[in-house]
Amino acid sequence: MTETTRTLEATSGAAEDTASDTTPPPSRQRASLGKDAWFELRRRPTVWAALITLLLMTAMALTPGAFTSLLTEAGDRCDLADSKLGPSAGHPFGFDLQGCDYLAQVIRGTRPSLLAGLAVTAASLLIAVVLGLLCGFYGGRLDALVSRITDIFFGLPFVLGATVILVAFPDHGLGAMILVLTVLGWTTMTRIMRSQVIALADADYVRAARMLGARPVRLMLRHILPNAVTPVIVVAMLNVGAVISGEATLDFLGVGLQYPQVSWGLQLNAAQAFVLDHPHLLLFPALFLSATVLSFILLGDALRDAFDPRLK
Amino acid sequence: MWRFVARRLLHALPVLLGTTFLIYTLVFVLPGDPIQGLAGDKPVPPAVLAELHARYHLDDPLWTQYAHYLAGLLTGDLGTTFTGRDVSDLLADRWAVTLQLGLTAWVLELVLGMALGVWAGLRKGKWDDSAVLFGTTLIISVPVFVVGYLAQLVFGVRLGWLPVAGTEGGWPLAFLLPGLVLASFGLAYVARLTRSSLIENLRADYVRTAHSKGLSRRRVVVKHTLRNSLIPVVTFLGLELGGLMAGAIVTEYIFNLPGVGQQLFQSIQLREGPVVVGTTTALVLVFLLANLLVDLLYGLLDPRIRHD
Repeated sequence: MTETTRTLEATSGAAEDTASDTTPPPSRQRASLGKDAWFELRRRPTVWAALITLLLMTAMALTPGAFTSLLTEAGDRCDLADSKLGPSAGHPFGFDLQGCDYLAQVIRGTRPSLLAGLAVTAASLLIAVVLGLLCGFYGGRLDALVSRITDIFFGLPFVLGATVILVAFPDHGLGAMILVLTVLGWTTMTRIMRSQVIALADADYVRAARMLGARPVRLMLRHILPNAVTPVIVVAMLNVGAVISGEATLDFLGVGLQYPQVSWGLQLNAAQAFVLDHPHLLLFPALFLSATVLSFILLGDALRDAFDPRLK
Repeated sequence: MWRFVARRLLHALPVLLGTTFLIYTLVFVLPGDPIQGLAGDKPVPPAVLAELHARYHLDDPLWTQYAHYLAGLLTGDLGTTFTGRDVSDLLADRWAVTLQLGLTAWVLELVLGMALGVWAGLRKGKWDDSAVLFGTTLIISVPVFVVGYLAQLVFGVRLGWLPVAGTEGGWPLAFLLPGLVLASFGLAYVARLTRSSLIENLRADYVRTAHSKGLSRRRVVVKHTLRNSLIPVVTFLGLELGGLMAGAIVTEYIFNLPGVGQQLFQSIQLREGPVVVGTTTALVLVFLLANLLVDLLYGLLDPRIRHD
């Protein structure tokens, strides 16, 4: 037993040696692809605008207190007498329904949106990579089973599915929402990853590595994953925006986060009754929300162009 | 042909079963006692509890319960409201509005989306191409309920071009603005898809051949390139048909259109769990059946799909 393991190790080591003899080492190749993409990306002003927006939003999500005390006077104090007042000198965004400074409230609303978008996408990405690798590489019964399950989840429209589940658990927080959005959202990326892996598993260089004795895990992680993952990353970037938008829609519908939690979707929900007379209630959270979603979409588009030279 | 239809139907069956089972398990089985849930914090007399458990088969194993639920669905039983009314009754006169709205949005997506995409694709790199790209990106990133309120505010209230809300104007007048709002996301997507597909195909060898044969640009674009580049667009539009009808919740609410989506929104606000579940299930079924229908039609149109 030990002997076979050792021979396997030896052969896979040999595989690595031969691979590095004939082709440039994978690490250098990857770095150059990444460097190439970065060179593409940094020439675009939209990429910089999106990155700066997202950095600002992240900072607001991490330390909302610093921003509220810096940008607003007495941002923590709410006075019902100020309810729905429009923008003024000391309060550029005006006041919300409860008479709280709206800028401070909008800043506090950043965290749940960003957290939901990133956590759901990270979890979906993980599921997609693992399932995609296993199904695409091994095929067979596992693949058939997962594909059927993917079909089922694909048949459930996002908002409707989330509505049904969330209404069944009225007392949910952000964690439960992230779970539900992940359960409904992992399918697209998994399908893409699977088809990528299927295409690559038959590639000549993978066959070569297999013949040289590389084990399945090594084939999957070292040879297939780096080449298969780029389109999935691009979709993931676009997915962050979609999740943020979806989470806000659920909050707006009244099935997402509930008061007294603070989020952009809830602020828009509260604004709907007063849109005609107090448009600032709708405008500012919508502006922050759209800017965040737009930044992720722009980054995703730019990444796709950078990684896929065919579209140039 | 019949083999193709049979195969598609067989393929759709597990999806239909799976989706309804998913909804059923998630909603009815996981959290606590549903009867106690209906009563809230008030204690329920044991006799009433036992009677309701027996009536709704709550003590049966999961599979039997699901079978009962499915049998109900097949006979059009979507459950009852708290006041004892059938949910399917509640929805009966609402389907027409939802259908009108969905079809209006779909046609707008098809016509405007493709037109914008072709225009931008043919003028790649020019200012109008950039304008279409920028505009569609912007529309995709603004949530549909914000688009809805803005459109209502600008075109309905300030400019007064179209009815602000309600169905009094009748079709098509009252459905134009909500249709456009509902279509906005898909429209932007169709435009971008058409554009990129057209650009990709314009560089293909067969287009160069057609050009060098001396065909006019119009003929090359319309007869040769467009046909091939519209394949992904048609696929997307097919899936959209069901999606638009199932996704009209926000739009119907904002524009006060008495459709199925508006009912769903109101039930969510009133916390009427059974109505929400029944309505959502109905919308999911519509979505799945529309997709199945489009799938079958697609097989009729494209022989490659039928035979593979």
